[in-house]
Formats: sequence, C-alpha cells, structure tokens
Amino acid sequence: MLTSLGGVLFDGFAYGMLLFLLSVGLSVTLGMMNFINLAHGSFGMLGGYVTVTLMDRLGWPFLATLPAAFVAAAALSVVLERLLFRHSYRAGELDQVLLTIGVVFMSVASAAYIWGTVQQPVQLPDYFTGSFTFLGVNFAYYRLFLIGTALVVTLLLVAGLEWTRFGAQVRAAVDNQRMARGLGINVNLAFAITFALGSGLAGLGGSLAIAMVGLDPDFAFAYLVYVLIVVSVGGLASIGGSFAAATVLGISDIAGKYYFPALGSFLIYLVMVGVLMWRPAGLFGKR
Amino acid sequence: MATQIAVTGAVLAARGLDKSFGSLVVASGIDFELPQGARYALIGPNGAGKTTLINLMTGMLRPDRGQIFLGGEAVTALGPAARVKRGLVRTFQINALFPHLSALEAVALAVCERQGHGGIWWRRLPDYRAAVEEAHAILASLHLADDCYRLTHELAYGQQRLLEIALALATKPKVLLLDEPAAGVPRDESGALFGVISGLSRDITVLFIEHDMDVVFRFASRILVMVGGRILVEGSPDQISADPRVREVYLGQKRHG
Amino acid sequence: MASAAAPHAYLQQQARWHWVEIVFWLSTLLPFVLFPQYLQLASQIAITALFALSLDLILGYAGVVSLGHAAFFGLGAYTAGILSKFYWGEPLSLLVAGALVAGLVGYATSWIIAYFRHLALIMITLGLGLLLYEAANSASWLTGGADGLQGVRIRPLLDYFNFDLYGRTAYTYSLIVLFLAFLVTRRIIHSPFGLSLRGIRENPVRMPAIGAPSRAHIRKIYTIAAVMAGIAGALIAETTETVSLETLSFQRSADVLVILILGGAGRLYGGIVGAIIYMVARDQFSGVNPQFWYFWIGLLLVAVVMFLPNGILGGLARFTESWRRRSR
Repeated sequence: MLTSLGGVLFDGFAYGMLLFLLSVGLSVTLGMMNFINLAHGSFGMLGGYVTVTLMDRLGWPFLATLPAAFVAAAALSVVLERLLFRHSYRAGELDQVLLTIGVVFMSVASAAYIWGTVQQPVQLPDYFTGSFTFLGVNFAYYRLFLIGTALVVTLLLVAGLEWTRFGAQVRAAVDNQRMARGLGINVNLAFAITFALGSGLAGLGGSLAIAMVGLDPDFAFAYLVYVLIVVSVGGLASIGGSFAAATVLGISDIAGKYYFPALGSFLIYLVMVGVLMWRPAGLFGKR
Repeated sequence: MATQIAVTGAVLAARGLDKSFGSLVVASGIDFELPQGARYALIGPNGAGKTTLINLMTGMLRPDRGQIFLGGEAVTALGPAARVKRGLVRTFQINALFPHLSALEAVALAVCERQGHGGIWWRRLPDYRAAVEEAHAILASLHLADDCYRLTHELAYGQQRLLEIALALATKPKVLLLDEPAAGVPRDESGALFGVISGLSRDITVLFIEHDMDVVFRFASRILVMVGGRILVEGSPDQISADPRVREVYLGQKRHG
Repeated sequence: MASAAAPHAYLQQQARWHWVEIVFWLSTLLPFVLFPQYLQLASQIAITALFALSLDLILGYAGVVSLGHAAFFGLGAYTAGILSKFYWGEPLSLLVAGALVAGLVGYATSWIIAYFRHLALIMITLGLGLLLYEAANSASWLTGGADGLQGVRIRPLLDYFNFDLYGRTAYTYSLIVLFLAFLVTRRIIHSPFGLSLRGIRENPVRMPAIGAPSRAHIRKIYTIAAVMAGIAGALIAETTETVSLETLSFQRSADVLVILILGGAGRLYGGIVGAIIYMVARDQFSGVNPQFWYFWIGLLLVAVVMFLPNGILGGLARFTESWRRRSR
C-alpha cells in the first residue's frame, strides 16, 4: 500500500508535469486577451505527430524532434492567430468558443486523414526505457526526464516573466490592458509572441506526452478537457497556479484510476466543478 | 428603532458609508439625506467617488460599513433588484441599454417586470395591453413615441440617453439617481434633457451627477459636493457658489466633462 | 408607416403567424410522399431539431452558453431506455418520464448555472456534462456502459401504431412532438418572460437595475430547456430502441451547438433549419469518409463565425432586407 502510494505520487507528478506543459500557455494567453482558445489541445497534438513523423519517416533521434515540435506548433499558432483568432478578441465568448471548436474539428479530421485513427507507435531511445528502484518506488528514467524538463521550463517562464523587459510587458498587459496600451506597450505584438510561445510549449508537451499516454486524433479533445481544468482551477495567467493545479490534477487522476478504477475520471470532474463553484476565478486566480 | 426614527422625513438616507478597494478609499463616512421631492445635484472632481456612491446606494456595491435607508427602512442587505422593487432606481453614465430590443420592447420589459409579469410565459406580451400602453405613454412623455418601434442601437445618441431615463421611469421610482444623464450630449441639447428631468412628477425624488455648473445651478435645489470619497459640503446653490472650500477644490480647477 | 399603429396592435402583428411559417410546417409533411424511404432520417432530423430548439431557448434567447447540453438529452434517453427495459414500454409515459428526470436535474443544476457567466459558466456546463458521462460510463450495471444499453423494448404508440422499419410511425410521432414543443417555444418567445430573456441576453447587468430577477428567469428557462432536451432524448431512445453513451457526450453537445449556430441562434427556426441542413449533409457526405465529415463542419463553423454571424437565417434576413430596400 505504501509503496504503491509512492509510485502513484511519482507517476502522478510526472503526469501532472505533462499537463502543466500542455496548459501553461493557455493560462497566460487567456489571462492576457480573455481569448478562450479551445484549439490549444490541437497544438499539443500537432507536436506529438511531428515527433512521431520525424522519428518514423526520417529517422530523427527523439530528443531532436522536441525542438521541432515546439517550432511547428508555435509557427502554426502564429498563422492561425493572424488569420483567424485576432478577429474575435473583442467578440463574445460564444464566438471564440465556436471559432476554436471549428479549428479543433478540422485538426482532428486532418490528423485522422493524414495519420489514420490508429494509435501511433512511439519507440523511445534505449536510455529512456529503463528505471531504478529506490525505497521500493519504481522511478522510470523517462518520467524523471519529463519532470526535469517541466521544472526547467517552469523556471525559465517564471524568470522570463519576472526579470525580462518582455515579461514585464506581458504582466502589464495581463494586469490592465488599457493601461498597458497607454504606456506604449504593443499589446498585440506581445500577445502574438506569448501565444506562439504558449502554443509551442503545448507542442513540446504533446511530443513528450505520446510515450506516456499514446497518440491518436482524439488527443486534441481528450487533453483539451484536462487543459481547461488546469487553467480554470489554477486561475488565469498564473504560472504558479497552473503548476499547482496540474500537479494536483495529475496525482489525483493517477490515484483515482489506481484506487477507484470503476469511477474513471468522475472524481476529477467532480473536483473541477466543485472548485469552480467555490472560486469561479480558480484557486489562484486574482479576478 | 432609534436609527429609523433618526431618518424619518428623508426618502433616502446614507449613514456612515465606508468603502475601499484594497488601499484605495472610495467612500468614507458618507452621510446625507434626500427629502421627499428634492432635486439634488452631486458634484465633485473626477475620481471623487460619485458613481461609486450611486453604486453603493443601489446595491451594485456592498459598503464595508454603514447603512442605507429607503423611506426609513434599512435596505443595506438587499440586492439591486430588490431595491428597485422598493423604488430606488438609477440610470447609467454610459448607456446600459438593450441594443437589439426596440425602445417600446425595452420599456415594456421594465413595466412588465414591475407589475410582476416577467415570469409569465404562457400569455403573449400584447395581451398585457395596459402595460404596453403605459410603456408607450412613458416614451411619448420623453418625445420618443415616433421612434418607439426602432431598435435601441439604431436610435440617435440623445434619444438613447432619454431611453435610459424612460427605463428608470418604467419602474415607478420613488427615488431616481441619475449618473450624468447628459453625458455625451451636446451642450445645447442637455438643457432640453434637464428640462424633461425637472418636469418629472414631484413624487419622484431626484439626485443627479452633473459636471456642467450652469445646468447644476439651474436645476438643483441643493448641491452635495464630494471630494476624495467624502462629502465636503452640502448646501443651496448660493451657499455652494459662495463656499471658499468648494471654490478651492472644485470650481478653481479645470472643469471636466 | 408602423409608427401609426397602436403599440399593442403593432406587437400583435409581430407575433402573428407569417405565411412562410405555415408553408414550412406543411412542407414537413412532404417526406411522407416524396421520400418515403428516408422517413427514419426525417425522424432523426425532427428529434435533432427539437434538441437544438431547446438549446436555443437558453443560448439564443437568454444568452447562456452551454457546452454540456447533451446531459439532458442523454438523461431523457437513458430514462426512457432503462424504464422500458426493466418496467414498461409505453412510449408516451416514457416521454413524460424522460422529461421529468431531465427537468429535475435541470432545475437542480440551474441553481448553479444562474450564478455564473463567461468562462466559469462554460467550464461548469462542460464539467457537469462530463461528470454525467463518466457516471453513466461507470454505472454499467444500469446503463450498459460503453457497449450501450441493450434490450430497449418499446410498445406500439397508443398500443396501435407499430414503430415500423420505414420510420412512418417514428417520423409522425417525432414531428408531432416537435410541433407541440415549437408551439410552446413560440409562445414563450412572445411572452413577457421571453422579452425578459432577451433582456438578459442583451444586457445582463442592466436587468437588476430595472428590478428584474434575472437569476430566477435563468433558472426557469434552463429547467424548461432541460425538459425539452429530455423529451428529445426520450424520443431518440424510443424511435431507435437503443441508447448509447454518445447521447451524453461532449461531441453531442458540440454538434447541437454547431447546428444551432449554423441555422441562426435566437431565431425560432434557427435550430430547425440547422438540423435539416446538418443531418441531410451528414447523411449524404459522411458515408464517403466519416472521419473527414468533421473537417467540413469545422470549416463551416469558422466560416459562419467569420462571415455569417447570425447563421443562415440571419444571413437570409439581411439579404431579403437589402433586396426589399433596393426594389423599393
């Protein structure tokens, strides 16, 4: 029981880090522009397919595909942002939801068309396949790598937001968009860059995710729900909040499926609705 | 109760209202009374807390401390809709209308809600002939009858300001708090708008926020001056124009709006 | 000019049946003659239209965005299906039971819904929908889980009309229920309550300032919409004699949203027109490549949001308006 608890905590934390990478971008962009981007999960899915394709067809090493996944997702997001999304920043939430659901539909169908509906095989390099046991808990190398990556990304994000000029602009835009514009900050440009970075992180998360959770066209919808839970529970534009929410969500999801397999994801949804009713702006939200 | 006796005679009274957002104090120790039928103006520089005071009085904001009395009855714990039901009604500085309802529909909506038909779904609106005709009469009294079938967002800006007042009148207010009713209206038209306001029945007690001093001195029987979340002074137009403190903090400054 | 009319007469005029409406409802009888082999599809369309109509009440008229409306559809379907499997299979009473259960859950959740707007509302409706889906998935002893509910047995309608293979009974039955629900909806829209709902949609902040109990209104319309969606769900269970988890899925909630937006939200016929176009198109095109069907739906959705903000009916209205002006 105790050893399983340790394992559940470790696996859950690793899973949570995955969810964090997938969702932190949406948290920041949502906080900046109030733009409800339901297509965020699609960028994660794209990252996954980029990795699979580069490894399978072109024989790239796994690690080399990660930056490629980041760049591909970021690039696509810039195109979509300029082409479609920026027209609906001022529109109501319904229009934003519809527009981005439309993009999700298209991305799911395109993935099914190009790669088929089957689960994609992922062959991790040898140095990631092993594990070691410490105090009775099994630590898989790959999950350790995942956790390490997420922690590095978190540190970079926090440092970038706190100490760079760009980070200060983003924080100003989140705080008060009108004031930021008044101060001469190019909010649209800052947003476009943030949007690209956030989507790139989702792409990175997606390519890291597939070895753990698999990849098929359903990914965009399935993980969208998790992403939305992280964002709404963690609160908008809060990196710490997203981190905490993703950790709690990852651990409780793994724990729920381990200890109460019959309930499936029921517990998670229950917690989410409960938290939202208690604090509609999320646990760490400022608004 | 002692507090209730203390405010009899006043239709609307505030007692020791405090409100702050974090470290920003927006209302501090606000006390005032509106006697029946009064025409009060609330003036003060931008950021003095005038709109905040209206928000507090109408229940859109909760005060940190203090009480609000309507006809001697404490209403501090009531929500905005419940205060409207008791006759405490406001208008908005920035048009807060129903863009895709016709003017007639918008006012009929307010009349129906007042008469308690708002939840009736099994009878048609035109079956409430009296309510519809009352709505039309209110619009006619504000010179909006000719355009009452047009959608709100198609109306001219000045007409929309009048519709703001029409919506408030449809609730049969005892006390009407007008937040810059002429905001954005050209100066030569704002006189006509205030003519309409001063022509309202004396059963309705009015407090209005206004920046144009000519209008204030013409239409207000008494003036409240607010500065920095406090009521600096209250008095008749003559007293206010002669008051050196008012001169210093308000009239001496550049005028706004 | 309209302004010459007395105000109540003008409003009466607005609420009167237009000849196009009468032609439309008469033409719903055409499938019996023209496409007798497609009556099953026609029945599905009528049911989907009813479901979209129920969403229109909350989304189109009251402005309450829901991403979990399938919850009530599925509740109605499972209620009818489970009752018919274990107790009795009389269709009309099953319809009432489905409406009742969906309505009760709708009323209970409406207390939550009425307190939220914007992102929190979207997330809560989504969460409640997912919650119910997972609950139905877990309770496989009752619902059959992922395999769907087996053994739904429906008695003939009024103990006389069998649910035939061609769907003649199914379409007649669905169409009558749809029409009755439409009459109720039409009445709601033209009532003082309907006006209040439009007020909430147009400006939720202003409503309390004219003394309107917005939350009570939202609770009421949410419950009514849940009842209507429950009826639609019960109908699908009865006419297809199966209930699958899909009736509760997010996909179903998203589909009905697409249908309503496509047709035009906040317009009485938006959901119905959207359902006809969507279902016929799916029937025609998804046979080729069902996966790719959603690509076109997605593209359509983007196009409607970008270029046709009020749906097909909104576009039509604008078109006829400008045409009328030009011909004047």
